[in-house]
Amino acid sequence: MTALARVYRWEIAKLLAQKRTYLGLGTAIAVPIVFVVVLVLQRGGPNDVPLGRYIRDTGLAVPFVVLFFMSIWGLPLITALVAGDIVASETHNGTLKTILTRSRERGEVFAGKTLATATYTLVLVFAMGLVGLVAGSVAWGFHPLTSLSGTKVSAGHGLVLLLASLAVYALPLAGIAAFAVLLSTVTRNSAASVVGALMWALLMQLLGVLPGTEGIRPYLLGTQFEAWHGFLRTPADWAPVIRAIWLCALYIGLPLIGACLVFLRRDVAGE
Amino acid sequence: MSDAPPVETRGLVKRYGEIVAVDHVDLSVEPGDVFGYLGPNGAGKTTSLRIMLGLIRPTAGSARLHGRDPLIDGAKALEGVAGFVEAPRFYPYLSGRRNLRLLADYDEPVSRARIDEVLELVELRDRAKDRVGGYSHGMRQRLGIAAALLRAPRLLLLDEPTTGLDPAGMRDMRELVRRLAGEGITILLSSHLLHEVEELCNRVAIIRRGAIVYQGRLRELLSRAASTYRLNALEPERARAVLLAHSGVGGVRLDGSALRFSAEEEVVAALTVALGQARVAFTALVPETATLEELFLGMTDGESSDHDRPAAVAV
Repeated sequence: MTALARVYRWEIAKLLAQKRTYLGLGTAIAVPIVFVVVLVLQRGGPNDVPLGRYIRDTGLAVPFVVLFFMSIWGLPLITALVAGDIVASETHNGTLKTILTRSRERGEVFAGKTLATATYTLVLVFAMGLVGLVAGSVAWGFHPLTSLSGTKVSAGHGLVLLLASLAVYALPLAGIAAFAVLLSTVTRNSAASVVGALMWALLMQLLGVLPGTEGIRPYLLGTQFEAWHGFLRTPADWAPVIRAIWLCALYIGLPLIGACLVFLRRDVAGE
Repeated sequence: MSDAPPVETRGLVKRYGEIVAVDHVDLSVEPGDVFGYLGPNGAGKTTSLRIMLGLIRPTAGSARLHGRDPLIDGAKALEGVAGFVEAPRFYPYLSGRRNLRLLADYDEPVSRARIDEVLELVELRDRAKDRVGGYSHGMRQRLGIAAALLRAPRLLLLDEPTTGLDPAGMRDMRELVRRLAGEGITILLSSHLLHEVEELCNRVAIIRRGAIVYQGRLRELLSRAASTYRLNALEPERARAVLLAHSGVGGVRLDGSALRFSAEEEVVAALTVALGQARVAFTALVPETATLEELFLGMTDGESSDHDRPAAVAV
């Protein structure tokens, strides 16, 4: 096992030993289950959201609808909960000096933390999506899905579209995670980083709904949470997906470069 | 590189705005030294140690460990080096054993037996499965030593390792340091207890307001003060006149019935003859050896810390 792999493994082990990780994961799993239970017990549904009107037709529609609702603040919050703590917790515990006086370079430590954050973000999205699929299928079965263009998509193909959508959805979430890592590195304060990252996500959402922002709307981070809609059109619309990929590369890359530069050069005193 | 001293700093400076925390510090620790690093709180000891370990960047100057500068060579400069600054810190939600395993993996993975061995050495094996969050201060200090020993170091940097320990813990820690030094490990020890340094160290550096005011062998430092003598004469005024007339005698002063003066040993021998020839009777002529504490207070203008204790000066 390489040195970086060992650092990464321990970053994951540290996450698995902390309550906030389970709080985030638990929420991601609980939300689709509660959503399905409520819809089973109630009449009506979220008819004004993408795929909302088909939610009782197939379990495949559930994760897409949950993705929509959770993109506003739910997933950004539980992502920032861990990402904003990933460096700041070392400051809080005073352990940065402990690990930085071993044999690993600062760059390796930062890379391990970044990879662990990315892993957590991916696990959140896929856990939420797959639990939603299972809960929805238990309630309403695993049937063909009606696409956003109104055409029927087989259940098998729908599953592929769901996995692709989850992967694209994870990109803007990783952008929020990267911003939280930046704040965590710069402020060295967990609460400030979590709140700051959430504010960043909400600001992006707010800019997207304000009048007069139509010109910049396609390039806002919040807009990229809708890129998966392109997969559910017939034929598939790749434009929003491709835009999400390159834009999110910037939203992820720039904060991480900044965080890495700060991490490499910072004085570690009393932490 | 093998001939390079374990620790060598040249013109080390660290400024925080207007404050100069470390002011042109030149330190040299030789192989096999147990080197005491002394100074009042805020004198710059911990800042110097942090620079040596690559945790903070100096404003000017360099710090080399076995010839390698952490600023240039990164983590490679810490090969064969271990220790801690301030109190050793661990992940409170992991057990003592898991913390050690994590730290070992940040070096090269070690066997379970090796971890057991160091836990045994610091007498923590029975508590190895407990979370560090529940450890006492003393246990964390010992775990810090265990974490350092996992690296099989040639150089140990220990920042006040007995701080906060009870008397038995302090004794055990000193015993451990003595044992490690006996195994040939070079130790740089900043201690807040002067008698501890006197007991353990062969060389010392005293730092005051960021600058080194003394560096050298402890024995030589102590012998500096040994050139002070006390003379109890039956006729102090006549004895004083003899002292003042004798070449090589200085700092003569009368404290009550005792005369105090400084002179080299051979001058004192000649002085006894002179006193006899002048028919000045005396009942005692004894060297007065200052303690390290007295010397330290003299060099640091009596600066002390918040942790002053009756029998020891915190530095």
